[in-house]
Amino acid sequence: MVSPNTSNGFNLPMGVTEISHEIYNLHMLVFWICVGIAVVVFGAMIYSLVKFRHSQGAVADTAMVHSTKVEIIWTVIPVIILVFMAVPAAETILKMEDTRNSELSIRVTGYQWKWQYQYMGDADGINYFSTLAQDSNFARELHSGVDPKSVPNYLLSVDKPLVVPSGTKVRLLLTSQDVIHAWWVPDFGAKRDAIPGFINELWFDVTPGKEGIYRGQCAALCGRDHGFMPIVVDVRTPDDFKKWVEAQKADLKQADGSAPAPAETVKTAQVVN
Amino acid sequence: MANALPLADDDHHDQPDSGIKRWLFATNHKDIGTMYLVFSLIMFFVGGAMAMVIRAELFQPGLQLVQPEFFNQMTTNHALVMIFGAVMPAFVGLANWMVPLQIGAPDMALPRMNNFSFWLLPFAFTILLSTFLVPGGAVAGGWTMYPPLVLQTGDSFPMLIFAVHLMGISSIMGAINVIVTIVNMRTPGMTLLKMPIFCWTWLITAYLLIAVMPVLAGAVTMLLMDHFFKTSFFNAAGGGDPLMFEHVFWFFGHPEVYIMILPAFGIVSEIIPTFSRKPLFGATSMIYATASIGFLSFIVWGHHMFADGMPMAAQLFFMMSTMLIAVPTGVKVFNWTATMWRGSLSFEPPMLFAVGFLFMFTIGGFSGVMLAIVPADFQYNNSYFVVAHFHYVLVPGAVFAIMGAVYYWLPKWTGHMYNMTLAKWHFWLSTIFVNVLFFPQHFLGLAGMPRRVPDYAVQFSDWNMVSSLGGFGFGLVQILFAVVVIQCIRGGKKASAEVWDGARPHGLEWSVPSPAPYHSFTTPPVLHPTEVRRS
Repeated sequence: MVSPNTSNGFNLPMGVTEISHEIYNLHMLVFWICVGIAVVVFGAMIYSLVKFRHSQGAVADTAMVHSTKVEIIWTVIPVIILVFMAVPAAETILKMEDTRNSELSIRVTGYQWKWQYQYMGDADGINYFSTLAQDSNFARELHSGVDPKSVPNYLLSVDKPLVVPSGTKVRLLLTSQDVIHAWWVPDFGAKRDAIPGFINELWFDVTPGKEGIYRGQCAALCGRDHGFMPIVVDVRTPDDFKKWVEAQKADLKQADGSAPAPAETVKTAQVVN
Repeated sequence: MANALPLADDDHHDQPDSGIKRWLFATNHKDIGTMYLVFSLIMFFVGGAMAMVIRAELFQPGLQLVQPEFFNQMTTNHALVMIFGAVMPAFVGLANWMVPLQIGAPDMALPRMNNFSFWLLPFAFTILLSTFLVPGGAVAGGWTMYPPLVLQTGDSFPMLIFAVHLMGISSIMGAINVIVTIVNMRTPGMTLLKMPIFCWTWLITAYLLIAVMPVLAGAVTMLLMDHFFKTSFFNAAGGGDPLMFEHVFWFFGHPEVYIMILPAFGIVSEIIPTFSRKPLFGATSMIYATASIGFLSFIVWGHHMFADGMPMAAQLFFMMSTMLIAVPTGVKVFNWTATMWRGSLSFEPPMLFAVGFLFMFTIGGFSGVMLAIVPADFQYNNSYFVVAHFHYVLVPGAVFAIMGAVYYWLPKWTGHMYNMTLAKWHFWLSTIFVNVLFFPQHFLGLAGMPRRVPDYAVQFSDWNMVSSLGGFGFGLVQILFAVVVIQCIRGGKKASAEVWDGARPHGLEWSVPSPAPYHSFTTPPVLHPTEVRRS
């Protein structure tokens, strides 16, 4: 199956943002350190299991009960390794938490079981809900008789995706209207809880040239249909994004003469599969 | 002093009461230990049956068997039953059986409270499991009970809270009993540093229990108030804070994780020296390491909440404190390895389970270090990677240690040797299937599959199918365990007092005959200081 993200099916996706790259590299760094430690520790265990067998006539060295020197060594070395891992991790945390100078802000609200996107700033007024696409929603019913493999992007497609420009620092302001949800797009290295009464911040900046459709899911148990509120992000070039914003605004005006349109009446639904 | 209290009024209880009275009114530590262990085994199969439903639904994409709501009930109750019904009571059962035998005490210090703390459990779990029959169904908001979701629970909500309170009271009483017994009833000459390591790990565990179970009780009581009495502890609209629940819950929850692993460390520290025919390496540093882990467990709870939105300073603090845990845990793994080094190893079933623990718990430790790295945790958080991580430390970790303990001491309890061949089959099949079950879940999580979902996108199909096959295999193989135990209770080759004659069993429990008489150590055993080496 073609993966909807840049994961190869058994590892983290490299992703399409600087942060997701840094996360991937940290992940691989720590992974290989763990593999290195595993080779040494499991090697020593396996050597003991093979070499010191009672059935092979091994005699126990019952005097070997304690060694301050060895114990200090295997306390200090792990501390050094941990510091070595913590430093680059801390640097990435600093970057992830720096939400200053964002160029586009979008308010994201979680509901049982859909997402609402409200654009701010230049795109102010664009405001719509994003729910599981109809074909997935039909196929996922118990005994639906539909083979999920025949549905394009089963459970990972929505009626109206979030549209953002590439090469732009996009800031999401996350909250919820009911229970706790979590907005997660693995390719952006971005996950944050949407909590009622709180506004959490999250930013991502998709590398120019990586425009396309990126998919994720709610990552906090939020009730019956927790598994059925995907996130789809349509990343466009800044020019295309500008056109999209203008088209949306034109539709808004058309939809309801002079009065400001309530969010739900935006009917430029654009199915992305 | 403590040893001058020979429980004089129990002298007429030379023989157990007959029939049901023996169990209902049990005050004997061995009978209560047996009841705890049998209860735990039953709950292991109940929770396991729920896991089978989960893995069956996840066998392929699309919903084939259950509705999403019922799936959530399964995941929630699987966790509650396995944690509070299977793992914790198994450790309390082992403590009941072995702590008095290891320290040369005639019984637990508070036998009637011991009876009460056991008998609360069947009621707690009857209440919890009967929620499947009430309007609105069983609890489905996750075992972590996060508001506001858990407040949407139907009639089962107050039953959940009451059941959790009963489990908490039971645990606290069990912990008090272990502490009082260990502190007051050691045989003369057994100083704390000469005490067997299983007792040490349990002593620290008991303090953790006393420290955190009331915190859980407070958290769920606040939930109850919010639900029924219109308070707003966790209700943002009323000025409350849903995140506060998570902080309070994980202040309980992280020490709880160590409550489920420290006694396992103790068990492994008993078994490996016996079958390596060599004393435990660095025994004193083992105690310090256990105590350090116990202390650190109180200052790492935030690592469950990195994705919740947390000040940067807090993220850094919880990352560092969490990584620190790797140091004492590493010391323990290195000490066990050093115990085997230049030993004389044989592979009876308890040793197989201890060695299996050593390898697979360490794998869970590696993924634990990875999870501590905050930026990467944003990707791992609430994905199947986390599911793989905690199942590695709890199944081939805690559960394997419990099974190793049963295989180690079962002949002492029953007086019979069990079917070694069958027990070895149980080990090897469990080890193969547990890895087929949980290892692919690392891949699923990294590739982006969230946890607690009843259905998934089709690119996750292959590994889910592999994982489910492993799950069915692992579930079936556990029937072997029940067969071995039941056969051993019914009969078998007579076990000697030392049981593991060819190996190097060490400690007072091997000085009493097998089966251990109904009353043991009615007078404190004489301890020659030179004879006592820890395990």
